[in-house]
Amino acid sequence: MTAAVAISLSVNGERIEASVLPRLNLADFLREHLKLTGTHIGCEHGVCGACTVRVDGDIVRSCLMLAVQTHNAKVETIEGVSDSGEIADLQSAFRERNALQCGFCTPGMLMAAQDLLQQSPTPDREEIRAHLSGNYCRCTGYQAIVDAVETTARVRAGRLP
Amino acid sequence: MKASAFDYARATSVANALELLTAHGERARVLAGGQSLLPAMNLRLIAPELIIDIGELDELRGVAARGGVLTIGALTRHADLQKSPEIAVHAPLLMDAVAHVAHPAIRNRGTIGGSLAQADPASELPACMLALGATIIARGPGGERRIAADEFFAGIYETALTPQELLVAVELPAQPKDSMHYFQEFSRRHGDYAIVGLAAQALVRDGRFADLRLGFFAVGDRPLLARSAGKLLDVAVTPAVLSEVSSALDEELSSLGDQQATPAMRRHLARVLLTRCVSSLLARTDLCAGVSA
Repeated sequence: MTAAVAISLSVNGERIEASVLPRLNLADFLREHLKLTGTHIGCEHGVCGACTVRVDGDIVRSCLMLAVQTHNAKVETIEGVSDSGEIADLQSAFRERNALQCGFCTPGMLMAAQDLLQQSPTPDREEIRAHLSGNYCRCTGYQAIVDAVETTARVRAGRLP
Repeated sequence: MKASAFDYARATSVANALELLTAHGERARVLAGGQSLLPAMNLRLIAPELIIDIGELDELRGVAARGGVLTIGALTRHADLQKSPEIAVHAPLLMDAVAHVAHPAIRNRGTIGGSLAQADPASELPACMLALGATIIARGPGGERRIAADEFFAGIYETALTPQELLVAVELPAQPKDSMHYFQEFSRRHGDYAIVGLAAQALVRDGRFADLRLGFFAVGDRPLLARSAGKLLDVAVTPAVLSEVSSALDEELSSLGDQQATPAMRRHLARVLLTRCVSSLLARTDLCAGVSA
């Protein structure tokens, strides 16, 4: 009975029908089956945040979710929010502020930062740090990342009437 | 690492989940939010033969306040607790506690039932259940069973649940409006499991404790409802009284050592939390003088 299970879900707006083994986690499903390799896999036990994606609008660890659990769910990855232009300003702020070096943590950082900015449009630095505390970066020392998120928040707030 | 292979069953109702547990309980694990179970499986600490996924049982999710009782469904997520107006009014201790549970992405999936059934001695919610006087509701082949929180936690990852039972909800007495709470934990980094923590609920009348429930966590193999809190009831708390209670607390602790802290360090930090908690609830900064972590 370790047989494959049929699942149907939406990934970045596209309907996906697949047959997956129960042990397959969502991160591996996205990377290996759908070739969406922007979602990175670091620790595989929920600590590093590199695999952060959105499921039904909420950020989750895709290494701590089984692909079979996404049946009927709406999954959005870094490719989705990048291609749609949703986080173009955030990405640009990261680039301008050198908020990435090797880039391994960056997709997860962007997903978590965008989640914060959706919930709290003008977060202070402490809130930014708290919201990104589950995403590890081993290059930047975080200051530039916090700067980039703060800058994006200010620019977005300025655009509002 | 990756989890080893397992069979998978998606429960379609609570009754269906109970049938599956009755048939396969000994070799199965229930999957709720998966934020403790899946890391353990990925690390190959456990390798259940069957996963019973209860994630789609929406009837187990939500918070309801009725007749002075707060009922929280087992599948209520940490993020739901943070957003719940009922929790904010009737059990604000949980609001403070949940903010210390891991990170936003984990809180979006992790559930209260999962956390309690997992019974990690370093996790926040079990200690809150002790401080709040919760009743844990389990369903099994023989029907429903109500278990007092202080009889529920039986050891590291051990509870009073049988392999055939499903934790379906917790009930909390709604706290009186003038009830006060305190929550604090020491951890190396924000979101880590606590080195030592304290969840407390209290009634203060005329500068004295009329009630005080201290739920310590990460101080032993299970959360501890400190009996020594009784010595603080209805007395004028002085540094001498607090020092005596601090020693009594020390007697109750059976702290374990691990890579985070030695038993002695945990004992010290538990006493620091006790002092800070009492000082904060009574608004008596004099009691806290000279105490440092």
